[in-house]
Amino acid sequence: MTMNQNAAPTLRVSNLRVTYYTDAGRVTAVNEVSFALAPGERLGLVGESGCGKSTLALALMRMIKPPGRIESGSAIVRTDKGEVDLFALDEEDMRRARLSVISYIPQGAMNALNPVLRVGQQMIDALQAHVPEMSYQAMRERAEQALESVELKRSVFNLYPHELSGGMKQRVCIAIGILLSPRVIIADEPTSALDVVVQRQVMETICKVQAQIGASLILIGHDMGLMAQVMHRVAVMYAGRLVEVSPVRALFTRPLHPYTQALIQSLPRLDNRGVFRGLPGLAPSLLRLPSGCAFHPRCAQAMAVCAQVVPKPITTADGRFVACHLHDSVDSDLTPAPVLQEQSHANAPAA
Amino acid sequence: MQLRYLLQRLAFMVFVIWSAITLLFFLPRLSPINPVRERFAELQRSTGWAPRDMERLVKVYEVKFGLNKPLLEQYADYMASVLRGDLGFSIMRYPRTVSELIAQALPWTIGLLLVTTLLTFAIGTAIGALAAWPRSPQWVKGMVTPLVVLAAVPPYLLGLLLIYFVAFRAKLLPLGGAYTLGRFTGPELSLPFILDVARHAVLPALSLILASVGFWALGMRGMGVTVQGEDYVLFAEHKGLKLGRIFYAYYVRNAILPQVTALALALGSIVSAGILVEYLYGFPGLGSLLNSAILANDFFVIYGIGLITIVAVAVSMTLVDLLYPLLDPRIRYGTR
Repeated sequence: MTMNQNAAPTLRVSNLRVTYYTDAGRVTAVNEVSFALAPGERLGLVGESGCGKSTLALALMRMIKPPGRIESGSAIVRTDKGEVDLFALDEEDMRRARLSVISYIPQGAMNALNPVLRVGQQMIDALQAHVPEMSYQAMRERAEQALESVELKRSVFNLYPHELSGGMKQRVCIAIGILLSPRVIIADEPTSALDVVVQRQVMETICKVQAQIGASLILIGHDMGLMAQVMHRVAVMYAGRLVEVSPVRALFTRPLHPYTQALIQSLPRLDNRGVFRGLPGLAPSLLRLPSGCAFHPRCAQAMAVCAQVVPKPITTADGRFVACHLHDSVDSDLTPAPVLQEQSHANAPAA
Repeated sequence: MQLRYLLQRLAFMVFVIWSAITLLFFLPRLSPINPVRERFAELQRSTGWAPRDMERLVKVYEVKFGLNKPLLEQYADYMASVLRGDLGFSIMRYPRTVSELIAQALPWTIGLLLVTTLLTFAIGTAIGALAAWPRSPQWVKGMVTPLVVLAAVPPYLLGLLLIYFVAFRAKLLPLGGAYTLGRFTGPELSLPFILDVARHAVLPALSLILASVGFWALGMRGMGVTVQGEDYVLFAEHKGLKLGRIFYAYYVRNAILPQVTALALALGSIVSAGILVEYLYGFPGLGSLLNSAILANDFFVIYGIGLITIVAVAVSMTLVDLLYPLLDPRIRYGTR
């Protein structure tokens, strides 16, 4: 784990807001999201479907398509050549930044590779788009090295995607994602279409190559157990807002936000095979968000103020981030009930 | 590709050709029109010549063409002669052979239909691909609709409109024919002749292109809409590829696959695709020949043209089948 919390952050996202202008009205899918990533840090991003996780990822890649729009905010990446604000680049510079500054690893098991081109050609395409001056031989060498670093044989270069298993396709996507040693890697549910054993291996590969090239990682996913094993911090998103960002250990032992608490309580555990407590109610429609804190209708600890005022995000003394009225009075009294024992958590998903 | 598969595929092709020829052999025989009698009647109408012993004459010619034998025996004879490469005589234009007539007409048809089919494919596919591409300007996306409206109009009606407005009223192009008859005694290899042929081919070609470019555009747009949303196209953009490369190698390359199958079928049927348009423009191709043969129930000419059509379709389908793995690596025959 090569992570330096004290160094200047690799990525600083501030006040990011993404809106979709749909026929049914304006939908703010990402609302005033701010966070920072330390060099080498691995941040897990969790939340229910439709909470804006993927929109956040697409926004960072500047891949939001109409009717969606990045309304405001900045995403500053620190590179060898200084700082760049991804949202301030023109189209051509942004194209160059993709893969070389910030790369995106899709859920590759299904359909992320072009069926009519060999794996190698798809890697060469990527290199040609960014370093056209490189010779074919050098590109090929670089591509085959990338394949090796994700534990694939060099000969995969000559194969077509349909000749690979799901796990191998996902590894190819990872190899493409690290081809140009980007500073930030975003992996969007990279393991969700794989079986459990392969999930674990692929996740380890991602973390290994991410550490190798010294990039920071944002990993989007549902699997809290997988997150618990490999992430440094976890960010919890609800209805377009970040509601909590905490170091992974602290998040599981002492979740601050009631939504995080509910998420963790809904996990299956080895020592409790009985009934799980699910979250009451449904995720809100982004078209008609509840007033105040969007979570208050489902929140067991809701207070009168929650229905009226959107909670301000606060940073606690130990560097955690939470947006909840329960924590409005910033003092040492940050002690919601511990929900789970830590060690039972690390094992839970493997069961 | 395994030899075994190749042989299977070729055997299947032979079977398709045989069964289609067989079907074709018996179809015109259902008609009550006797081509020999028809020929003498035609002679009588045009020259006033009426043989005294008409019935005997008809019998003589029926024996000559083998039409007096039982149908199955005729079928066996015909198949045997086809295998020898002999397509028989035209009844209406005796003593000219069917091969001779076809050899004369075929180059015209191939010249016109091959060029228009390829042009239509290229134009329609390009328009369809652009129409489904999200970054295309609005007017390109809107182009498909009027083309589809045009595609609903049969080519011969378009041909009539073009003849009336372009050739007859505006006198911009010739009314019909394949070349100016007074200027040239017959086909020759010279620049003026080629230019003259091209001038004559513009309107027939235009009627054929306008009438079918919409289908190609519609087909490609349908596939394009599906493919442009595929993960690999999005991932290509995430990789920071240039738009041109994404458009061609990731988008068109995948969306075009069904179009290629359709192109092979269209190329196989070029012999029959232009019949009405050829007839309308007095174009001396297979279409005009087939039209006159059907009117006179000239069995052997119908069989001959049918045979060419069937063979062309069967061969091009087989070729596409065999060449498809080059386009789509997911399709492999036998072992990898």
